[in-house]
Amino acid sequence: MAKITLDKLRHSYMGDPKGPEDYALKEINIDWQDGGAYALLGPSGCGKSTLLNIISGLLQPSEGRILFDGKDVTGLPPDQRNIAQVFQFPVIYDTMTVYDNLAFPLRNRGVDEARVKARVEEIAAMLEVTEMLRTRASNLSPDNKQKISMGRGLVRDDVNVVMFDEPLTVIDPHLKWKLRSKLKELHQRVKVTMIYVTHDQTEALTFADQVVVMQDGEVVQIGTPVDLFDRPAHTFVGHFIGSPGMNVLPAELRDGRAFFMGEAVALEGAVAPGDGRHEIGVRPEFVSLAERGLRATVRKVMDLGRHSVIDVVAGDTRISAIVEGDVPGQGEAVHLAFRPDQTRLYRDGWIATEKGRAA
Amino acid sequence: MRKVNQKGWFFVLPVLILVAFNALVPMMTVVNYSVQETFGDNVFFWQGLDWFQQILRSDRFHAALGRQFLFTGMILAIEVPLGVIIALSMPRKGFWVPVCLVTMALPMLIPWNVVGAMWNIFTLPDIGLLGYLMNHTLGINYNMTQDPVAAWITVILMDVWHWTSLVVLLCYAGLVSIPDAYYQAAKIDGASNWSVFRYIQLPKMKQVLTIAVLLRFMDSFNIYTEPFVLTGGGPGNSTTLLSIDLVKIALGQFDLGPAAAMSLIYFAITLFVSWLFYTLMTRNDAK
Repeated sequence: MAKITLDKLRHSYMGDPKGPEDYALKEINIDWQDGGAYALLGPSGCGKSTLLNIISGLLQPSEGRILFDGKDVTGLPPDQRNIAQVFQFPVIYDTMTVYDNLAFPLRNRGVDEARVKARVEEIAAMLEVTEMLRTRASNLSPDNKQKISMGRGLVRDDVNVVMFDEPLTVIDPHLKWKLRSKLKELHQRVKVTMIYVTHDQTEALTFADQVVVMQDGEVVQIGTPVDLFDRPAHTFVGHFIGSPGMNVLPAELRDGRAFFMGEAVALEGAVAPGDGRHEIGVRPEFVSLAERGLRATVRKVMDLGRHSVIDVVAGDTRISAIVEGDVPGQGEAVHLAFRPDQTRLYRDGWIATEKGRAA
Repeated sequence: MRKVNQKGWFFVLPVLILVAFNALVPMMTVVNYSVQETFGDNVFFWQGLDWFQQILRSDRFHAALGRQFLFTGMILAIEVPLGVIIALSMPRKGFWVPVCLVTMALPMLIPWNVVGAMWNIFTLPDIGLLGYLMNHTLGINYNMTQDPVAAWITVILMDVWHWTSLVVLLCYAGLVSIPDAYYQAAKIDGASNWSVFRYIQLPKMKQVLTIAVLLRFMDSFNIYTEPFVLTGGGPGNSTTLLSIDLVKIALGQFDLGPAAAMSLIYFAITLFVSWLFYTLMTRNDAK
């Protein structure tokens, strides 16, 4: 178990990177505390798997250092870093029994058989695979195979970190939530640092204490699930997390006040001075129907039971709103109101309003 | 109850006719010969199982069968491990992959009698590259037309040269189907190179290796053209394998009855050993 520090980490798959666009990973500085549950969240191709492979040592970074408990491990191969990794597709040793599969990482490190037996049985009990221990691993169903893969990751109790690379991809939807809650439960029991890579916001938000959101090889925000939802630091985070995502509206800034389609919009706080492309960000949860204010036309209404998601168009900008109770019909003209303390200004994608004080 | 469409049988008919004419009818002719004696003029006398008894008790047959098993055993013992080793050391990605694959496939493209002729010339003591090198440059006495050991070494070398590629290509196909994640997981699990081979590569190669062993067994057990062109079964009878002996009896001595009986025994042995290999190599799969 260890604290993990990524120090000025950069990686390029090209031999001779010229500009920042040649880097699959732009400069990354992260401190992960010992025993935490972290998620790396981002769309496919954002560099999260690259980052994971660098931490596990399967890939050497072009620049920067990786520290485990302050010790530089950048040059060490995977087996000397004392880590465990669970892959996207189940990796099991076909010819071995489930027991031997789980024992494999321990036996390779010369752990004595009595200790191996104790650990394997403990992990098997946690994963509820005890009755399968004697069967051959090749005969298991895909979700059980993935459970065994996870078990091999968790069987060593001295690992610095256990990493999961989209481990639930091959699992049937109805079993996903089961394994996910199992994993969360396991983390609370074993208290090992865990890093979970996924493009699925639900998986990330339910598993992790801290979520690292990545886009185009860059870390855009690190925070608790609540932070990411309440105050996205970047329009990408606002858009990627939440269903539907945050509304991002083109805005103009005049004398420190924001305007959308000529209407002044109240923001959560003062705007930092500067110049650039401005956008207003407000989540559908904080858009409501009002007597007057911004004019819009209803395009579509989706009744989700407890509430409805309304798709409206103001000018040519689409806005989603989540409303409870009576909903207007399709094609009807409505007025919209944004809750000021949840309405923010973004400059070139990044948040530009100060928290709290109303303007 | 589901109605079975019996019309399907008609589609099998052409194949059945073909197989009948190229396998069943000739085979039954052989069976016919094996229980009769003929002195020509299409006159036959019933002989029962005499020919079978004669073949099974003959020292000549035992010797040829022994040589055959020795030959097949030796080429399997060399070609299978060698093929696996070559497949393991071939590159999996990049420029050299097609180069290696084509180079490997080349020997298999050469007709069998050409292979025999090539090696015959290759080993001639006076003008062959290998023969000249051994006798005149290195000073080692090497003449496979006089020395049975030299003849055996040459026949085995020729088969290894000709057919190891088959094992290599089949194993290689098995190896490239292993996803990278398996190697990465093994690295993280701290597996040694031997463990990676034993628990990842070998299990993935097992199916193709079964096919490779079966093909190599059947082919080498029935081998005729290459050794016949190379040594003609000599010196003496030292490289007279089963098929060469069979042709000698059938076409050289024109003993059709004993030759037919020997063919059937030969066929039965090939079939039985193939079945044995297959059963032994796949017996764990069902568990």
